[in-house]
Amino acid sequence: MSSTVTAPHAPVVDERVAKRNPFQKLMARPEVGALVGAVALFVFFASVAPTFTQPNALATVLYGSSTIGIMAVGVSLLMIGGEFDLSTGVAVISSALTAALFSWYFSMNAWVGVGVALVISLAIGFINGWILIKTKLPSFIVTLASFLMLTGLNLALTRAVGGSVSSPSIAKLDGFESARAVFASSITIGGVELKITIFYWILLVAVASWVLLRTKVGNWIFAVGGDDNAALAVGVPVTKTKIGLFMAVGFCGWLLGMHNLFAFDAVQSGEGVGNEFLYIIAAVIGGCLLTGGYGSAVGGAIGAFIFGMANKGIVYAQWNPDWFKFFLGLMLLLATIVNLIVKRRADASK
Amino acid sequence: MTENSTAKHISNQTLLADETDPLTDRPVHLLKLDKVAKHYGNIIALTDVTMAVDNGRVTCVLGDNGAGKSTLIKIIAGRHQHTHGTFTIMGEERKLNSPREALDSGIAAVYQDLAVVSLMPIWRNFFLGSELTTGFGPFKRLDVARMKEITKKELKDMGIDLRDVEQPIGQLSGGERQCVAIARAVYFGAKVLILDEPTAALGVKQSGVVLRYILQARDRGLGVIFITHNPHHAFPVGDRFLLLKRGRSIGYYDKKDITLEELTAQMAGGAELAELAHELEQIGGHTEQLKEVRAEAAAVQADAPAESRTV
Repeated sequence: MSSTVTAPHAPVVDERVAKRNPFQKLMARPEVGALVGAVALFVFFASVAPTFTQPNALATVLYGSSTIGIMAVGVSLLMIGGEFDLSTGVAVISSALTAALFSWYFSMNAWVGVGVALVISLAIGFINGWILIKTKLPSFIVTLASFLMLTGLNLALTRAVGGSVSSPSIAKLDGFESARAVFASSITIGGVELKITIFYWILLVAVASWVLLRTKVGNWIFAVGGDDNAALAVGVPVTKTKIGLFMAVGFCGWLLGMHNLFAFDAVQSGEGVGNEFLYIIAAVIGGCLLTGGYGSAVGGAIGAFIFGMANKGIVYAQWNPDWFKFFLGLMLLLATIVNLIVKRRADASK
Repeated sequence: MTENSTAKHISNQTLLADETDPLTDRPVHLLKLDKVAKHYGNIIALTDVTMAVDNGRVTCVLGDNGAGKSTLIKIIAGRHQHTHGTFTIMGEERKLNSPREALDSGIAAVYQDLAVVSLMPIWRNFFLGSELTTGFGPFKRLDVARMKEITKKELKDMGIDLRDVEQPIGQLSGGERQCVAIARAVYFGAKVLILDEPTAALGVKQSGVVLRYILQARDRGLGVIFITHNPHHAFPVGDRFLLLKRGRSIGYYDKKDITLEELTAQMAGGAELAELAHELEQIGGHTEQLKEVRAEAAAVQADAPAESRTV
């Protein structure tokens, strides 16, 4: 596997040379390293575990990928915008807990809780962004703080309101079934049961790609991540763009949180810790630069897919799942090396 | 004030009293700064600066490192606000709160650090912050084809023929990036173009190219503020020269009233040369160099218009 994720053959680009051919153009895309890795990984697991390529197995892989991928969309955009969010893992759970506790405590329709959770998720994103802009602290510190605070709030408030480490069951509330249909149902296509999150994931990736490449806001996201002083100097609303990105991450967290809640009927308050790294890893494997200004939503999706394949593929190959984290680390290392080469090339004549 | 001073200051009094520019006789200046100062707490970054900018004129701001040039342009470009004095745009007193506000008033700055995002394609940089869109409502999208086409054309007019406007701008040479930034400002209808040390990092030939663009911008009727520490670059293109030193104005001249030699002498500072001569003498042994420095110091003394401060 390691030999497959190689650097694109870096052509020494000179502005006076003739047009690059389509192959070179493809090689210059941010997600190319991840794409090569994904194909290699797929071929690898398909050969060692024949069951891996069966439709049902693939649906399972896609489902696993989608639960990472939904968040990876927001996190990728944020990283292209030059920031991190370490609070995403627990923010997903905060959102689910808000919906569960609110509608249970006031015995309201489940949809009311869903609405309140959306407001809270967007507010968490807004506050992260606002503190970042006002204090000019690195996002690592700001979101590390919110990660810790949310972790504590999740545990403390769940116990204070519901009296347990897990949120009370909301299965009997009005609106639960319809909310479950929206957030956690399955759609059967050709005899294969596909979880609805897969479709949300694809939709989010499509919307994010469109925003990123074909709208003003997308241009601003690249600019604030690439050089926020330069962006400010030419009139880009840097503050709004950054806060908006954190809120977009909040929205993704809300969507995944609602899925987690309605897939069952309760949420464990201590969950989610550590997941923030999975989202960041997916974005980085997908070609987003840690320093911002470069990457793609599709790349993040491929990163999530690689993650899903490695996660489930090891099970289908009947290996010890202990190896999973090792693979993840290796892929992360290789992907960042590829990204580094890309960045050096782009900066070559700076 | 010494009698041998050949250069004459533009009288700020007349300039400000009847609002007539001695060069163009236009009733109102495009931009005018009157005794503008900037204090950061107890740090005085800039004080008592008076200057004017007009259509089709190049106002050069000269000064060594730390003279306050950057502070001055940041005030004009809306990055900082001045704390004292008045700043008027087209006769209207203003205090700019953001670069966007400055842009909306027709003031565009091309910074030393270029204000381009090096990882982004050239066409995206060209239109950054002023993107063209097509379509309505949620389907409003970037008009990519048109932006690429305009970028290519505008740069071609500036003498850069690019095959691919899709390449990251970081791959262009310093002079070319400079020109992209100038072309961008001109295209977006800037009335005042501020160029912060555009030739500082460039070779002789590239500097010449950039100076040509300055004249081109001037001929299109823009008011240009050209910041530099090189009098040899400033003199050929400038119409007026503001000299800054340690945060204050040490002279404001019309081109007809000053020669390149005088400008250089003003900037070099006779006192510093005399000091250097003294130091060489102390060390001893450098007779050759000592003679040179002394001669130069003497020449500077003879040439220099007296330093004067308008109060």
